[in-house]
Amino acid sequence: MTEEKTPSATLPVGTANAVPREKPADIRFYTRFSVPQRYLHGVLAITFLGLALTGLPLRFSNTRLALAFAHAVGGFGTILFFHLLNAVIMTVVFLIHVGNIAYRVVAHKEYGLVWGPNSMVPRLKDIQDFYGNLRWFLSLGPKPKFDRYAYWDKFDYWAVFWGMAIIGFSGYAMWFAPFFARFIPGSWLNIALLIHGEEALLAVGFIFTIHFFNTHLRPGNFPMDMVIFNGKLTEEELKHKHPEEYKRLVESGELEKFRAQEPASWLRNFGWIFGTSVILAGFVLIGLTIVAFIKD
Amino acid sequence: MNWRVAALTMLAFTFHVFADNPPKSAECLTCHDDKASPFQSSVHGSLSCNDCHTTIKSYPHPSTVAAVKCEGCHSDPVTGVHESVHAKVSEQPCKGCHGDPHTILPSKDPKSATYPSNLPRTCGACHGDPKFAKAHNLSNVYAQYMDSIHGFALTRDGLLVAASCSSCHGSHKILSKTDPNSRTNRLNIAATCGSCHAGAERAYLDGIHGQRMQTGDTRAPVCTNCHTAHQVTSPESAAWQMKTAATCGACHQENYKTYHDTFHAQVSALGYVETAHCWDCHGFHNILPATDARSSIAPANLQKTCGKCHSGVNAGFVSYQPHADKHKREANPALWATGIFMNLLLAGVLGFFALHTLLWLYRGLKESAAHSGRTQRGEGLQ
Repeated sequence: MTEEKTPSATLPVGTANAVPREKPADIRFYTRFSVPQRYLHGVLAITFLGLALTGLPLRFSNTRLALAFAHAVGGFGTILFFHLLNAVIMTVVFLIHVGNIAYRVVAHKEYGLVWGPNSMVPRLKDIQDFYGNLRWFLSLGPKPKFDRYAYWDKFDYWAVFWGMAIIGFSGYAMWFAPFFARFIPGSWLNIALLIHGEEALLAVGFIFTIHFFNTHLRPGNFPMDMVIFNGKLTEEELKHKHPEEYKRLVESGELEKFRAQEPASWLRNFGWIFGTSVILAGFVLIGLTIVAFIKD
Repeated sequence: MNWRVAALTMLAFTFHVFADNPPKSAECLTCHDDKASPFQSSVHGSLSCNDCHTTIKSYPHPSTVAAVKCEGCHSDPVTGVHESVHAKVSEQPCKGCHGDPHTILPSKDPKSATYPSNLPRTCGACHGDPKFAKAHNLSNVYAQYMDSIHGFALTRDGLLVAASCSSCHGSHKILSKTDPNSRTNRLNIAATCGSCHAGAERAYLDGIHGQRMQTGDTRAPVCTNCHTAHQVTSPESAAWQMKTAATCGACHQENYKTYHDTFHAQVSALGYVETAHCWDCHGFHNILPATDARSSIAPANLQKTCGKCHSGVNAGFVSYQPHADKHKREANPALWATGIFMNLLLAGVLGFFALHTLLWLYRGLKESAAHSGRTQRGEGLQ
């Protein structure tokens, strides 16, 4: 398939998800994310929203809106219940993810998860890509040829990973304070609250602006990158967004292993509705957060 | 002396006495018959008219007569009123509260103006009038009192032992609170409230606030500083408990500020009553400094105090600082450093990626514009 013949080539990069009604039969789809990975992201998105919604009123408890919210949902008891519920679900998802990675590395010897193009572990290429991307931003050089995960993907991943670890640990330390106080001084609970609140503020600020932009709202992906919802991208997207990965898969002959059916229309619609809802909810929360932060 | 002369003299004297004698009540009632029936059932019912109207000597009497002087019988109350804030109220201050002397009832009569549960309305005739309150630079204490726990108990539940106006202010010799002898002078307030709340008074005098008050420290709070004078509410009410931090914080500003940074305060601000407010840890009437071994926040007692809410507390747990100030480096070096680090982390990460995003947006939009230009010219992608 040459570029001239590809009808989608006339579309801006990234809009291939919005497949035209009269689509040609030769658009090929490839799997990027497995079903468990998509579930992981979906549950993280929902629980993160839930934690932000129930945590921000506490961080900005001196605002009238926080008090009104508390009254509306039935008081702090309700807020706390749903905060803890979301926290437990997120913790389970986090542990399943870590357990899955560990199992695959240890039992199946998938060392590619730890190092290499399919790993989330940063490598020299990420620094080179970052430098190259900055040059591209300033029109000083070509766009870097990203592999499966770009440096901002990795930053997103590790930011969330360490965010969950730190916010999670400080949260559980406060939840089970007398238990944790057997091992850590009680004055660390003061630090736990500070870290919990500030790190959460960072997470909210990062996810609802930077992550949304980096993956969904940036030119080329706007308004949303559907790949995390339906798991698939077109050959054209793969070629343009992950040229290094595409080249590697073509050269090794593995590309066809990832060949997939076109995502079902219900799945695309579901992805749209879910993604749009989450992004809008995130925008509302970050807007209120900024207002509360300035007033604070 | 001739007995005739003596008899005549006696007759003349008797006649003279009779001629100058005040009229009998029955004679008064020939004109003033409207006073008859309520007067007989009043507390003064056994008296005759001229017991009070002593200046009326003849019948009929002149059209203007001198005002009755109550102090003829009630000397102590009248003297008290003359020394009180009400001294200048009018020529006859008694009537202002007790009403018409002809219908006056004993204060034990439920219909009396000075019956405990009627007293607020009696005093409120003036002190419940917003115009009066404004003119005399007073607050509308009637409305405040009626909504207080004392007002509810007395007027709604008919609890006659509940504090009424006179319970605190006295009845006749009401003095300004600036007068050292006043029952409502700040140095006397504990004793005034303690006349009913003896236990609270004893605990208060034992605590640091009471100790300081007794040394004449004007900064030390008395009952009314925390409970207010007229708007006293039940300390068990959620509304009152939610306000306690601000109440204590009016003096303890630094501790109020640091309390606000804690989880206890955040939760409280969202309307959660069951969290720790000042008095949950510090106690209330007999508050003592941590240096006092009897204090609830003395190091040896902390596990017990924290344990009121937190089950399974231990020595490590009570080293939590409920008033930690992250801005104070010397007191909380680790917390201070964490605060600085978190600020730098937030500013660094968000600032860096904000710039990254803006550059990307700029470049991306530029490229999109170029694409659409090429598409329109039919050149295809790259």
